[in-house]
Amino acid sequence: MQSTDRTLVEFDGVAKSFGAVKALAGVSLSIGAGQCLGLVGHNGAGKSTLMNILAGTLSASAGRFLVSGEDVSERYGVTAANRLGIRCVFQELSLCPNRSVAENARIMHPSLKGICWRRRAATLIGGMLDTIFPGHDIDPSQLVGDLSIARRQMVEIARAFSATDTPVRLVILDEPTSSLDGVLAGQLLAFVRDFVAGGGAVILISHLLNEILTTADRVVVMRDGGVVADRPASGFTQITLVESMGSVAQEQARREQRSASLTAELKISAAPAMQGDATTLVARRGEVIGLAGLGGHGQTEMLVRIFQGQRKAQAGITVSGNTAMVAGDRQSDGLFPLWSICENATIGSLARLTRGWLIDPRAETRMGEEWKQKIGIRTPDMANPILSLSGGNQQKVLFARALGSDADIILMDDPMRGVDIGTKQEVYGMLRQEAAAGRTFIWYTTEMDELKHCDRVYVFRNGRIVDELSGDSISGERVLHSSFETAA
Amino acid sequence: MPASIIARNARILLPMLSFVAILLAVFWLQPRAMSYVGLNLLLNLALPIAFATIAQMFVITVNDLDLSLGAYVGFVACVAATWLAEQPLLGMAALAGGVLVYAAVGALIHLRNLPSIVVTLGMSFVWLGLAILVLPTPGGKAPDWLRALMTWKTPLVPFTIYALLALAVVVHLGLMRSAQGAVLRGVGGNPRSVERAGWSLLKAKMIMFAFAGLFGMFSGLSLVGLTTSGDANIALRYTLLSIAGVILGGGEFTGGRISPIGAVIGAMTLTLAGSFLSFLRLDPDWQIGAQGAILILVLALRVIINRAEARGL
Repeated sequence: MQSTDRTLVEFDGVAKSFGAVKALAGVSLSIGAGQCLGLVGHNGAGKSTLMNILAGTLSASAGRFLVSGEDVSERYGVTAANRLGIRCVFQELSLCPNRSVAENARIMHPSLKGICWRRRAATLIGGMLDTIFPGHDIDPSQLVGDLSIARRQMVEIARAFSATDTPVRLVILDEPTSSLDGVLAGQLLAFVRDFVAGGGAVILISHLLNEILTTADRVVVMRDGGVVADRPASGFTQITLVESMGSVAQEQARREQRSASLTAELKISAAPAMQGDATTLVARRGEVIGLAGLGGHGQTEMLVRIFQGQRKAQAGITVSGNTAMVAGDRQSDGLFPLWSICENATIGSLARLTRGWLIDPRAETRMGEEWKQKIGIRTPDMANPILSLSGGNQQKVLFARALGSDADIILMDDPMRGVDIGTKQEVYGMLRQEAAAGRTFIWYTTEMDELKHCDRVYVFRNGRIVDELSGDSISGERVLHSSFETAA
Repeated sequence: MPASIIARNARILLPMLSFVAILLAVFWLQPRAMSYVGLNLLLNLALPIAFATIAQMFVITVNDLDLSLGAYVGFVACVAATWLAEQPLLGMAALAGGVLVYAAVGALIHLRNLPSIVVTLGMSFVWLGLAILVLPTPGGKAPDWLRALMTWKTPLVPFTIYALLALAVVVHLGLMRSAQGAVLRGVGGNPRSVERAGWSLLKAKMIMFAFAGLFGMFSGLSLVGLTTSGDANIALRYTLLSIAGVILGGGEFTGGRISPIGAVIGAMTLTLAGSFLSFLRLDPDWQIGAQGAILILVLALRVIINRAEARGL
């Protein structure tokens, strides 16, 4: 560790909660000038929340936050972050596609104005691109919308490192190499070392552990909203790093082993679009299949492929039976926000609730009431608007919609996001019942503990199935080993 | 990159070509239009439409739509034909108030996260009602200075053409070339990115709506200068004409992709299309439909070009 007088940023007990969900539970962490800090952790460990607080796009709910020894937790924001020379390259790209590369640089730098600002912006961003990615072929007057994803990422990185009136002191790189090829990633990491040697500080978030171990001076591991390890990079190997990310031997209450016999009816056989070899996902009647791995590595796409495969023949997909999807992103994919609870629950089964060709309101109400009892939706009246429910109960309505339909295959897209523990336990119980009754579940989850409820688990990485676990071999460590490329 | 230069210019090339095509068709049908007086008659109504189109463009830049523009232009026309002529101070205050209301509407849409279509549709009835209160029956009289300005005999080509040129150049410099304009257009492209860079989205929306109010005001004033009297319903069709003008000029409804020069040309094309159909001696009953057909034709061409581009890239 560097001496304390060179400490640039210091978090002291910083906490953040979104409603009932605690994203950060009192993080204390310091970053010194001339240091590259590697930050690792599984999905939902709180890395992004912490970085958003540092970048000024979120404000902490509690705790102190110091920059250069000065307490800034009170009046911090994006503008203050910029003034202090703190920059962030967010995971999802944040350039304006309708603007040229130079104009995007201008949006970051208020001081680029007056006559000839365009030429100065072009020189600034072009020069930075030349420094970081020598030999690149990006013209600053090109529209960002016309660039490939990799080039956009390069522009975004160069923009974060470019300085006008305030020097850049700390740059947060959140998965910066996710769309760069090996050569470009190498150029970037070499530049990060140069930048750090020149007295700057970098926080590097990556799921490629070898990148972290070769580039960072210090590695901080986060889990469940807290810091669980903070050591020099030389103190870690890929194996120990993975171990410190996982939950330590939580072998409580393992689900009773149901022997879903291998002779049961085959319901699904599907290969991811980018698989490239003969590995396929197989699901039989009555099985609960988990899809694991880091977020956004092809699990949702797999669910959508299976869903579409049932309706329209697709190469590599065989589905026998009806499918229903439980959306994870309630707001955008799941709810009809202006409808009542009952209408939201019955929309999937309307074909069965008709008399003649009109909807029978009594049958609809009956089904609503039945599921209110069955799944325990906490509301005085199913005719209330759906938004009157808490997040967990809204999610229950989505489960009711899927389970109440005649579908025998239920696809679940990380449905427990932001759901409280009590609701989760109730839903787990229902899943077991329904599976025993012969339904098949495909369950994408980012929570390790939920995998214990699955009969088999497929681990995804970069859109491909890289591992299949079953029964006792399902463990957090094993999933982490497969989702982080340890055998690099 | 030559490909991207062609792509960028295709956006402005198509409106220019459609304008030239319609202009040539008009000259061919009616060679006498090729004169100072002829051009003036053809194009003088293009100026208020161009102002309205530019006003609409400011709103479209930030991914909103203004359905109250026509009614607002009518309100300005009524104020100009009454108060502005009789009590200039009251008139000016009313017009400035209109611009402030526009900024407030922008703030409301941003703060409450409301759909702009709903808010501005509501506002259109407010403007129409105000216009009728100010001038219950068509009439009034344009201020003399406004009348004099709009009928100013400039050398070589009519005043309208100078004014259209100036409008296109000024807005292009202000919005497309200036550093502040780049940020404002960024709001339409990726609001989160602009916010993360430390700019206020609220301010940006208010500024853009205020500009829409300002140029809508110019539209109403120039219209009254031409027609010499006011009427609450005088400009109701400007709402849709202005949207058509922006799109015809190469703009898009979302994503902050707009072109001020294109918008002015789009407004001119729309005006000429009306004259062109008259010269064809087309039954007035069919004219609106035929104007729509021209619009569809040009927009279809653009879609074809865009697809070809997408395939080429």
